[in-house]
Amino acid sequence: MNRVTRANTKKILYSVLLSFLFMLMVIMPLYVSPYTIILLNSIFMYIVLTVSWALFSGPTHYLSLASAAFFGIGIYSSAILGDQLPLLLVIGLGGFISFLLALLVGLSSLRLRGMYFTIFTFGLSELIRHSVQWWEVNKTGTVGRWVIGVDHTTVYYIMLAILLITLVAAYILKHSKYGLALLSIGESEEAADHIGINVNAMKIITFAISTFFMGATGAIMATRWTYIDPSIAFNPLFSFMPVLMAIFGGIGHIFGQILGASVLTLLADVLLTKFPYYYMLLYGMILVIVVLFLPKGLTGLKEEVKKWWGGRAVK
Amino acid sequence: MRILEGEGVRKNFGGLAAIAEVTFHIKHREILGLIGPNGAGKTTLFNLISGSLVPTSGTIKFKGENITGMKPHQICKRGMARTFQLVKLFGNMTVLENTLLGSLFGTLTGMRQSTALKESLELLEFVGLSGINGVLAKDLTIVNQKRLEVARALATKPELLLLDEFMAGLTPTEVSLAIELIKKIRNRGITVFMIEHVMKAMMSVSDRIIALHYGEKIAEGIPEEIATNPKVIEIYLGV
Amino acid sequence: MLEVNKINTFHGKVRALWDISLRIAEKEIVSLVGGNGAGKTTMLYTISGILHPASGTMEFFGNRIDGRSPHQIVKMGICFVQEGGKPFPDMTVRENLEMGAYIRETWKKKEEMLDQVYKTFPLLKQRAGQLARTLSGGERQMLAMGRGLMSRPRLCMFDEPSYGLAPLLVKIFFTSIKTLREQGMTILLVEQNVRQALEISDRAYVLENGQVVLEGKSGELLQNDHVKKAYLGL
Repeated sequence: MNRVTRANTKKILYSVLLSFLFMLMVIMPLYVSPYTIILLNSIFMYIVLTVSWALFSGPTHYLSLASAAFFGIGIYSSAILGDQLPLLLVIGLGGFISFLLALLVGLSSLRLRGMYFTIFTFGLSELIRHSVQWWEVNKTGTVGRWVIGVDHTTVYYIMLAILLITLVAAYILKHSKYGLALLSIGESEEAADHIGINVNAMKIITFAISTFFMGATGAIMATRWTYIDPSIAFNPLFSFMPVLMAIFGGIGHIFGQILGASVLTLLADVLLTKFPYYYMLLYGMILVIVVLFLPKGLTGLKEEVKKWWGGRAVK
Repeated sequence: MRILEGEGVRKNFGGLAAIAEVTFHIKHREILGLIGPNGAGKTTLFNLISGSLVPTSGTIKFKGENITGMKPHQICKRGMARTFQLVKLFGNMTVLENTLLGSLFGTLTGMRQSTALKESLELLEFVGLSGINGVLAKDLTIVNQKRLEVARALATKPELLLLDEFMAGLTPTEVSLAIELIKKIRNRGITVFMIEHVMKAMMSVSDRIIALHYGEKIAEGIPEEIATNPKVIEIYLGV
Repeated sequence: MLEVNKINTFHGKVRALWDISLRIAEKEIVSLVGGNGAGKTTMLYTISGILHPASGTMEFFGNRIDGRSPHQIVKMGICFVQEGGKPFPDMTVRENLEMGAYIRETWKKKEEMLDQVYKTFPLLKQRAGQLARTLSGGERQMLAMGRGLMSRPRLCMFDEPSYGLAPLLVKIFFTSIKTLREQGMTILLVEQNVRQALEISDRAYVLENGQVVLEGKSGELLQNDHVKKAYLGL
């Protein structure tokens, strides 16, 4: 088999595998316990957050720590509009309002690079959290809000749908000329600009698109938690976890991002149940070890093993 | 007919005039050279022309259109491309990907991937880089990196190409090859504006040369005039 | 004073230098010429301790230097001026120069050294208070050379010193090389500008693909057919 047919066969195999996996996910709720459904929900949520974060921050190396802000906006859209508008519309609005906010954030942070951009996004996220809190306490007269509950199976299917859309979007972007352009922005913005790439526009739009998925996810997940307040909705953890998960799994590939999110979410759940007293310590240790020895994350494992093996053969 | 004109261009950094009231022009299909002592403002002038920097005052016109203050990508789409003194390649991307990007984004009209691919391959051969399409740009030798930068610039279909010290670090044999490449580029109808310290190249290939000193134009003329200009000899060439 | 014996250096798995031997005597000006990728910079990296050879020995005034770290080698009196200068971008020109005198006892005499460097490169004196990153390419090169000289080395190695320098400055630089030799310094020069390198040096080594293919008096090499065809474009 020559290289081309081998590559095509690979593609077909992957498509079959993925379709099978997807089918599996669709029929899952009929066969597993509610606990598993809820766990899968969490995994889907973190995969979406991680993949959408990596959509922009991966190739451009602009590490955003504002994911919590957009996720939280989605949550609050649900809380405020959930009882007036149909569920799917609320989810769409959650995404859309995040998108608009992200456009503003992008425009205001245009000149920032590297560490300054990261700190700016983090500060912004915190600012939004405190602003919402202030507004709620002083203007609306509440601390938290109740969200109309939705049964976990519906949430599951909606989350699965959002997951599918996010993955398809990420895949299409990555393999399009815009994906290539984003990579070039991460390599040399000045050179990219000089070959006709509208760097500013591309950064802002990609950033905004990535936050759409975060907002939509927030809107649906809020219906699971039923009670939310600013410290829950805009918890900085939702900014940090996607970064960790992407690096852990391998930031360069969508598969790595999915892997990182799934493994870490599962790991947290397992550790929490088995070692409720020091799960945080174990979790942290595993993170540190992986980052130390596998700089390319889990997807780099294959490479590292090859190196090890190959090195020994030479000796 | 003038493809590029600069009128009274000035760039101040704080109180310092990096470029002070420089007026220049390039005719279609000319090869114009730019020389001057280190720190004279040569790259700064290129930055003002290509859009990396905005002039403090003065105007720059490209093909008759006022491009002062435009962004690099806008100027690129109008037909200007450049290389950089310190090569700015997309290091972790392949030779082919670097060139492809120029082809895909460099012009006003959209490009089909298949056409872009064909053009890129042709350009890589044109600059002398066949057979290494899959190599990462950062793994190339410095000579090949410079060639790749030119290929990428040419992929944007420019009418004017700015070359910033293209020959730096080349052996005399490599310089001869580079001169051939520049002549080939001109034969394609592209106007060239080049900064160079390698006098052999400058003298043999330029139609005219401009000399800068402390941000001011101190001489302009054909190579023979410049080579014998006493001020240029004093501040730049040495005896 | 410098003896390099059968040095082999690798870049990862790729061997960049194959059994290279060379010798530099005191107060000599020796140049290392060759095309891109020939291994010239790798040789300098090996001597200066940035890269460690896989095998072979290097001795400086009889003391072994292979395997030592760069700062130890600077202390012993070898200075390495890298290509493009690599100045500290957010420090001023003056601060960069002062850093050059950091390691040796020269720190106490640094004012004196500074004056000497300013005399050789008056442009640096003009720009003394400017941040290094605001300098143009050629000015950075000058700064790096000045910084290298501040440590009063016995052997000074230059990697592509004429890169990006205006012709006048190239002439000034090569003249100052001669002055440095009169002051007792030994020079190892790596240059792409083969003609200039051969014109100024006493002896030269021609490197190709990590091996020494020719060595001898520079004057003779200028007449050598292979050199003329491959490097002088004749």
